Amino acid sequence: MTVKTALRKKASNPNSFRTATWEDKLLDIIIWILVLFAVVVTLYPFLYVVSVSISEGSAVAKGSVVLFPKGFSLDAFRMVTGNKQLWISYGNTFFYTIMGTLFNVTVTCMGAYPLSRSHFFLRKPLNFFVAFTMYFSGGLIPTYIVVTGVGLYNSRLAMILPVLVSAYNLMICRSAMSSVPLDLFENASLEGAGEFYMMLHIAIPLIKPTLAVLTLYYAVARYNDFFNAMLYLGDSNLQPLQIFLRRVLLQASNEVLQSAGGQAAAAAAENTLKIRYVCIVLAAVPIFVITPFVQKYLVAGTMLGAVKG
Amino acid sequence: MRKDKLVGPKAPRRSLGQLVSRDWQLMLIFLPVFLYYIVFSYLPMVGILMAFEDFKMGSGFAGLFTSKWVGLKWFNQFFSSVFAWRLIRNTFLLSFFSLLFGFPIPIIFAIAITQLRSQKFAKVAQVITYLPYFISTVVVVGMMTNFLSPSNGIINQMIVKLGGKPINFMSDPSWFRKLYVISGSWQSFGFNSIIFVAAIMGIDPSLYEAMEVDGASRWHRIVHLILPSISETIILLLIMTLGNLLNVGFEKVYLMYSPAVYETGDVIATYVYRQGIENHKYGYASAVGLFYSAVGFAFVISSNRLARKVTGSSLW
Repeated sequence: MTVKTALRKKASNPNSFRTATWEDKLLDIIIWILVLFAVVVTLYPFLYVVSVSISEGSAVAKGSVVLFPKGFSLDAFRMVTGNKQLWISYGNTFFYTIMGTLFNVTVTCMGAYPLSRSHFFLRKPLNFFVAFTMYFSGGLIPTYIVVTGVGLYNSRLAMILPVLVSAYNLMICRSAMSSVPLDLFENASLEGAGEFYMMLHIAIPLIKPTLAVLTLYYAVARYNDFFNAMLYLGDSNLQPLQIFLRRVLLQASNEVLQSAGGQAAAAAAENTLKIRYVCIVLAAVPIFVITPFVQKYLVAGTMLGAVKG
Repeated sequence: MRKDKLVGPKAPRRSLGQLVSRDWQLMLIFLPVFLYYIVFSYLPMVGILMAFEDFKMGSGFAGLFTSKWVGLKWFNQFFSSVFAWRLIRNTFLLSFFSLLFGFPIPIIFAIAITQLRSQKFAKVAQVITYLPYFISTVVVVGMMTNFLSPSNGIINQMIVKLGGKPINFMSDPSWFRKLYVISGSWQSFGFNSIIFVAAIMGIDPSLYEAMEVDGASRWHRIVHLILPSISETIILLLIMTLGNLLNVGFEKVYLMYSPAVYETGDVIATYVYRQGIENHKYGYASAVGLFYSAVGFAFVISSNRLARKVTGSSLW
């Protein structure tokens, strides 16, 4: 065995802490503390919110909940889940997320495919046409006038059409399609395949990992979209979860309390905080359930962003 | 496949008709995207005209061509108002502090996480620290506001327990920037570290071995191998971030601020929103918005130039 392979073995052995010098050990400990600190700082707010949401109301009011739940009570959950507006909002959010993401990904592919075809005679001008929108925009007011002008105010489409494509995601998708081997298209074309067929059966299937990332980004953006809803949706039957959350978390939780009905004023005040934290829990659950599963795509995704546009 | 596609630049010049008849399918596929950008991006750019007009909402978009032309009236009004300087300063400082504080943390975290001996812990730590990035702004601001509440927020409960006086964080102008920057960093440091982690993982293992042969310590390895290896990524990202420097998160400021903290919290984007959407001063608000877009554009273009110089390649 050469010295080099022996060294490689040593370098790749993660448990060489014992044999390390004191200097290296010290650094290891500092690094360990640093990462642990990052994890604690990230997790603590969420743990605290969950603990408050299921603790006894009186313990919350006294401020004795610091990390773990004190007592156990699902009152606040019952109050919140008994609220009709919550379910309407939740339903709307799922509609906007699923339909929006579907449209986003489909249209992004349709924009990216022609731009990835090197012989397309409009490729350069259209590329500029798309890229320019990343750097300059008409701004809030003209956009607002246009969106309301085309009749999207208080329409479900207001949550989908104005955010149909992200130029940045389109560029990522285009880069991925450009890397599909040209032979595949040429062979298909020789056999008489048209561009629609080649997009659906060659380009799209071969960039599935990229599409997974784009789907994730789009879905998160649609799920979290607050601004468009605030601008264009005045009707509470159309409003998504984020608008409901804002009302409960940042304005007043009276609405939920009143709908719970017959609560004594004191009990209601005691529950304000709990109700807010229950709402946070309910809003964050889908994200927390899904994100760890798509983690591997995430890493691939940020690397895509680094690819030259 | 027709041979001409393979010939490339040497192909004979074709008439427009020939090109269209060859590529009509591609044009058709692109059509929805084309229409989208025309309606929702380029039409609003035409709408910028209203920054020079006395635009009234009643006439809709057509009013753009019938409204009275007022030239630079709105711009003069803005720059001579007491708000102009405050808004520009607040926008700039909010972004600047976000960059100053938010940029180095992901790099430090990425180095720490790749230097952990336990791969399992590194993996778990990564998954956990990504999470906040995907939480909505409403929830993040909601958590912050409730944690900091002077009556029942946990932070103030702690302060009181330790014998202090409750602080009304959210309505104190001197806290606004700190809260914005800290919460922003909390939300994105894990996600932003991904790219640096990937860059560190990409370092040739033989370089580590070479350092080990020389008897270099782990600290030495970080300073003399890892940092130089990822310096290009760092510089490139720094330039890109500088390009977007003035893009403060409108949504977050909007959810966080209140008239009590306008002194430090009101930024150009929120001012445009209030003047335009709430007070219906469309012409004035779009003039301020145009100023904002134009400055932003200049930043992006210069940062792109700079990136091209540094790396020899353009970002677009």
